[in-house]
Amino acid sequence: MLYSDKVMDHFNNPRNVGVIDDADGIGEVGNPVCGDMMKITIKVDDGDHINDIKFQTLGCGAAIATSSIVTELAKGMTLADAAAISKQQVADELGGLPPAKMHCSVLATDGLKVAVDDYLKKHGREPISGEIKTSDPNFDPHADEDEPHDHDEACEL
Amino acid sequence: MAENETIYLDYAATTPVDPRVVEAMLPYFTEKFGNPNSLYALGREAYRALEDARERVARGLGANNPNEVIFTSGGTESDTTALLGIMQRSAPRGGHLIVSAFEHHAVLEPAHYLEKHHYEVTVLKPREDGHIHPDDLRAAMREDTKLVSVMHANNEIGTIQPIRELADVAHEGGALMHTDAAQSLGKIPFDVNELGIDAASFSSHKIYGPKGFGALYLRQRTPFEPLMRGGGQEFKKRSGTQNVPGAVGFATALEIMLEEQPAEMERLAGLRDRIIDGVTSALPNTQATVTGDPRLPNIASMLINGVEGEAMLLQLDNKGIAVSTGSACSSGSLEPSHVLLAVGCPPEIAHGSLRLTIGRFTTAENIDYFLEVFPPIVERLRSMSPVYQKMFGSAS
Repeated sequence: MLYSDKVMDHFNNPRNVGVIDDADGIGEVGNPVCGDMMKITIKVDDGDHINDIKFQTLGCGAAIATSSIVTELAKGMTLADAAAISKQQVADELGGLPPAKMHCSVLATDGLKVAVDDYLKKHGREPISGEIKTSDPNFDPHADEDEPHDHDEACEL
Repeated sequence: MAENETIYLDYAATTPVDPRVVEAMLPYFTEKFGNPNSLYALGREAYRALEDARERVARGLGANNPNEVIFTSGGTESDTTALLGIMQRSAPRGGHLIVSAFEHHAVLEPAHYLEKHHYEVTVLKPREDGHIHPDDLRAAMREDTKLVSVMHANNEIGTIQPIRELADVAHEGGALMHTDAAQSLGKIPFDVNELGIDAASFSSHKIYGPKGFGALYLRQRTPFEPLMRGGGQEFKKRSGTQNVPGAVGFATALEIMLEEQPAEMERLAGLRDRIIDGVTSALPNTQATVTGDPRLPNIASMLINGVEGEAMLLQLDNKGIAVSTGSACSSGSLEPSHVLLAVGCPPEIAHGSLRLTIGRFTTAENIDYFLEVFPPIVERLRSMSPVYQKMFGSAS
């Protein structure tokens, strides 16, 4: 399994890392049980353009690189265009991803879609991305130690 | 530290071939290249080298007879043929096999294969200290249990299993005992009679020998159905023209390991403790995966909470340091290491596992360099995580 130079570049020098404190939209996806989790915050201007975007990601090289590239792609886009970014587009922009890592690009595009929908809902508008499983903001790694971990199903993408 | 020098801290994955081993092997590629099964002088010369290697290996294992040593292509072949060969011969119509849950895949996969072919398999869980308890084995034994396979030392966390006690339990119940000793051979005392085992698997490239070579110890009169059939080499237990340079290399590698063992293992245990103490004192929310002894002296397995293992691995690689992780993302699957899950490590913690394994050419300077570059890597990755603060308190 080899990463392209562009994946390594975005992993080593991720763009737009951080959190926008007064964000207009927030998207949180993933699950620490599966090993990856992402948070995207966006600022949206009056013309529905994303004029600022930041991310935080817990995950492997591909998870960080796909998060980074998706913020780069989405910056300046309209909400509709940003929500339409596909996992294939993310992978292509990075010069390809190993097959086992394609789910990382889903995480990144899902995070963006959830942030867009969050903005739309807050403004009383129809969400455009449909159902995406968001992460549990109250995840407690120690809460269910006695429960069997159902991560087989939870981590499938 | 030279800019482009690789600091190799993954000796449990493989080892460089020791130059002394290479030197011993070289004549058998070009000059003494004969087939050891040929009758003319060139063949006899190769035959003598092969049998000399077998005797040296047998001596190193404490075997009663050199013909208990069968040369193979490596640890995976030895494990596969031990499980399939013993089960199929001792119970042709099906029987019960017990393996531990944190075996290498080279044991687990043949066990699954047998399960699909009318054998029954019990997968025995280690306790959280990383050891298989003889009482747990006793409870799992059945009347039709034919074989128990438990590794001598675990390849990820390094815990050494009580093979003698487990073998006694297996034998009391009428079963045979196999152990995968790929990680332990040469590092801790290993004697087939003291351990009381019937079969054991070894790999040459874990002890500074060549890749693609290994051995299966099979005690005399152990029921065994060969997997490789053909010309009847290796006492009809493993057909195929033998790898003479491999055998010479493996025997030489084993002798060097045994000769240097006591002093070297003390040195490595010191370096291992330096790694674990250095990491856990520099970074909060880090710990040794297991602390209980007995453990191999060369494996430092740690849990770095709140960071994904592959991300650490790649960042260390950027600094010229080669390590290993049990995270899902490094394995190409979505599951973290089955070993860590088996010892009760929750998946979200197992994703942050880091394994450093040290060996013959590791220096204290190498470890100091690692300890210098590693904490900033973790701090940076933690600062990028959306959940580190929430899960583990204040970010470091």
